[in-house]
Amino acid sequence: MAAVESLPPGTPSAMRNAFGTVLSALILVLIGVLAFSIRLFSVIKYESVIHEFDPYFNYRVTQFLSKNGIYEFWNWFDDRTWYPLGRVIGGTVYPGLTLTAGTIWWVLNAINIPLSVETVCVFTAPVFSAFASWATYLLTKEVKGSGAGLAAAALLAMVPSYISRSVAGSYDNEAVAIFALIFTFYLYIKTLNTGSLFYATLNAIAYFYMVCSWGGYTFIINLIPMHVLLCIVTGRYSPRLYIAYAPLVVLGTLLAALVPVVGFNAVLTSEHFASFLVFIIIHVVALVYYIKGILTPKMFKVAVTLVVSIGLVVCLIVVAVLVALVASSPTGGWSGRSLSLLDPTYASKYIPIIASVSEHQPPTWPSYFMDINVLAFLVPAGIIACFSPLSDASSFVVLYIVMSVYFSGVMVRLMLVLAPAACIMSGIALSQAFDVFTGSIKYQLSSKSKDDAEDNTSTKNAPKDDASSGKADKGEEVAKERLSKKGKKKEREPAEKPSVKSKIVKKKALVLPLEASIVALLLLIMLGAFYVIHCVWAAAEAYSAPSIVLTSQSHDGLHVFDDFRESYAWLSHNTDVDDKVASWWDYGYQTTAMANRTVIVDNNTWNNTHIATVGTAMSSPEKAAWEIFNSLDVKYVLVVFGGVIGYPSDDINKFLWMVRIGGGEFPHIKEADYLRDGQYRIDSEATPTMLNCLMYKLCYYRFVETDGKGYDRVRRTEIGKKHFKLTHFEEVFTSHHWMVRIYKLKPQKNRIRGRVKKLKQKTTSGVSSKSVKKNPWM
Amino acid sequence: MVKSTSKDAQDLFRSLHSAYSATPTNLKIIDMYVVFAVFTALIQVAYMALVGSFPFNSFLSGVLSCVGTAVLAVCLRIQVNKENKEFKGLGFAGEFDSRQYALVLLGLVHRDCELGMGINWSLFPTANTIN
Repeated sequence: MAAVESLPPGTPSAMRNAFGTVLSALILVLIGVLAFSIRLFSVIKYESVIHEFDPYFNYRVTQFLSKNGIYEFWNWFDDRTWYPLGRVIGGTVYPGLTLTAGTIWWVLNAINIPLSVETVCVFTAPVFSAFASWATYLLTKEVKGSGAGLAAAALLAMVPSYISRSVAGSYDNEAVAIFALIFTFYLYIKTLNTGSLFYATLNAIAYFYMVCSWGGYTFIINLIPMHVLLCIVTGRYSPRLYIAYAPLVVLGTLLAALVPVVGFNAVLTSEHFASFLVFIIIHVVALVYYIKGILTPKMFKVAVTLVVSIGLVVCLIVVAVLVALVASSPTGGWSGRSLSLLDPTYASKYIPIIASVSEHQPPTWPSYFMDINVLAFLVPAGIIACFSPLSDASSFVVLYIVMSVYFSGVMVRLMLVLAPAACIMSGIALSQAFDVFTGSIKYQLSSKSKDDAEDNTSTKNAPKDDASSGKADKGEEVAKERLSKKGKKKEREPAEKPSVKSKIVKKKALVLPLEASIVALLLLIMLGAFYVIHCVWAAAEAYSAPSIVLTSQSHDGLHVFDDFRESYAWLSHNTDVDDKVASWWDYGYQTTAMANRTVIVDNNTWNNTHIATVGTAMSSPEKAAWEIFNSLDVKYVLVVFGGVIGYPSDDINKFLWMVRIGGGEFPHIKEADYLRDGQYRIDSEATPTMLNCLMYKLCYYRFVETDGKGYDRVRRTEIGKKHFKLTHFEEVFTSHHWMVRIYKLKPQKNRIRGRVKKLKQKTTSGVSSKSVKKNPWM
Repeated sequence: MVKSTSKDAQDLFRSLHSAYSATPTNLKIIDMYVVFAVFTALIQVAYMALVGSFPFNSFLSGVLSCVGTAVLAVCLRIQVNKENKEFKGLGFAGEFDSRQYALVLLGLVHRDCELGMGINWSLFPTANTIN
């Protein structure tokens, strides 16, 4: 903020400064309320329920934490998932989100507001998105000033990309991680601007919170070293840079090693090597600057030649050792997910599970316009604005947006990291544009209202004109929040009145004609209006679906499909507590959280072989599948089938991935066996392997009874094999709209008739016991 | 060639020595502390090379806390150095307070890392086999 320090209270500029501060505080509160309320559409349209799949796992962990306390949480070994392997929850989960929600719940209960854990979990994301927009305000204020800050905060509150992952009910890591990301960046820029160790310490603590919350923390620990390197290379090294970076690396690495998920990976994996490398580089650069400062130029040249000759040898040795260490690991030290970011073809070649997740696919062009809308063409303007003038902070945000655009192009899930960068850039662009236009209008109006440019009278009259025009505008701004930042801009102009006189001479070159400025201003406001309309539509229609409850509009009203919860409730009421349920890994988290049954594989997908086992079982004929499931102690098999109502994300559509993943581990499953001429079909032209596999049979058992013809609404054909019986499984439950079907494994028969009788006679006469391998079903 | 380079090297060291002795005493004290901290870290690395890296927690916490105090001391030196025009008149005491926060955090984390050995051992009791 401009000159606030030593103004006596009561002077006009001090009053305007105070007014500006109060107004911006009020705007920030409104932005927070906006960010919170735009995410409540799903609660209003459906109910306060946890969405999707991953949030159910986080919800279950939070329930456990709230019931048993933190020590049990750290030491929790979960035996109800990945049967029979189990999972060490304490060491493999990013604890930030659950600890945050657990703390909020505990604090609220301690002051006698008895909210349930579910309510706290559902509303954590909107609350933290309000915090995130405030953090964006702080960050952009450090870069360009508070006008840009307010614009960026207002844009972030509504940007659809962020809404999609932080809607009320989407209780996932990104809900708190994006806030931690922006806050860490803010503290880094603050340290860079002020050079204060206090902010450096806060920066390390904020980075620790980010490491606790999300695996995407590697973005921070690679972006900041890149920025330091950029500053050094462009000659912007300063002691403040050292203070901003070096303590962060040491403290940050130590703190990151504390989080059990990361552990020693903080010093051993390639994701962190960039930070250590730049740590060494910045020390070398600091030493060079220091020696340059205390030596004469001639001596410095001698020092350089000496150091270069010796240092080069040492460097080569060290680099050789490092390269040998890194190259000895098959992925060069990178984890699978990070490597797939750097080499997008890696996952599809080697790790089909990573390639199969729809969030990991590259985004299409329309998704950019869907997710960041108008910001897509405000960003380049913001980049240009950052270059005039270029400071450390603005070079950082330019680097941030370039990197995040690249990574969002690799994986659609990372559009979420692009959103804050885009909002910051657009906020800067908008605020600069408003600056120019309103300045031109002001100048034109003030030069019209007096005849000659007599300096004294102009400076006396101008404040009055501006104050009156400012007040007139304020009247119509109360209702619209979009215009309020324009009002904030106008109020800031009077505060700079003392310097306007000197600026008038300079500003002459930047002044635009009055009509053009007014039209441009109106067009910018309309642009903002379109953005708001799109964001509200996206939040209401596109991103608020809880995906555990489906609705559809038809001629006789609204249909609600609550089949998932119906079937999980059936499971929890009609099966034993210790029964194992096998399904595809998508439904693992929901089954353990809602049905409270042990599952074989779940969404964590940490054990590819186990998932491949289930995939193989689903792709095999009934008997082989029964053998596999029996070896895993499975009692019930759950499949999701959308053919009756036309639900497209069912197991038949996912089936090819089961074949691929299973075939990756068990070579007897070949994808080509399930395709006819390279096409995936389930009608009469399908291959026999396809028509006999377990997935086909479990999905389409008795399907022909629904409409007599067996017409699958998703695949839009009639099915191939219509009338068949199940020999090794029996159907125990089909939900109301046939979406979830549960089957029980038939136990082995007690009596074996037929050939064994003959064989028994033979064994009495001394033939070797072949009956061990007898088929018990024939 | 060799003679001129060795003469240059001697000149270099003499000029470095004379330039350095001109620095104020409190900065020299900080520099000695930095050298001591780095020396301690190097000793720990050498010890690890001799004895092996188990338990890695204690090695990590030891080395990083030594390096951390060195870094923080360098930051203190930067901020206290009167020749640095960007830091106006905070003086020894003002920046010392900021540095105290950082050191407290470093100390807490160091303690936590050492205790972290305990947590790791309870989770993975099979890792306790010591050769």
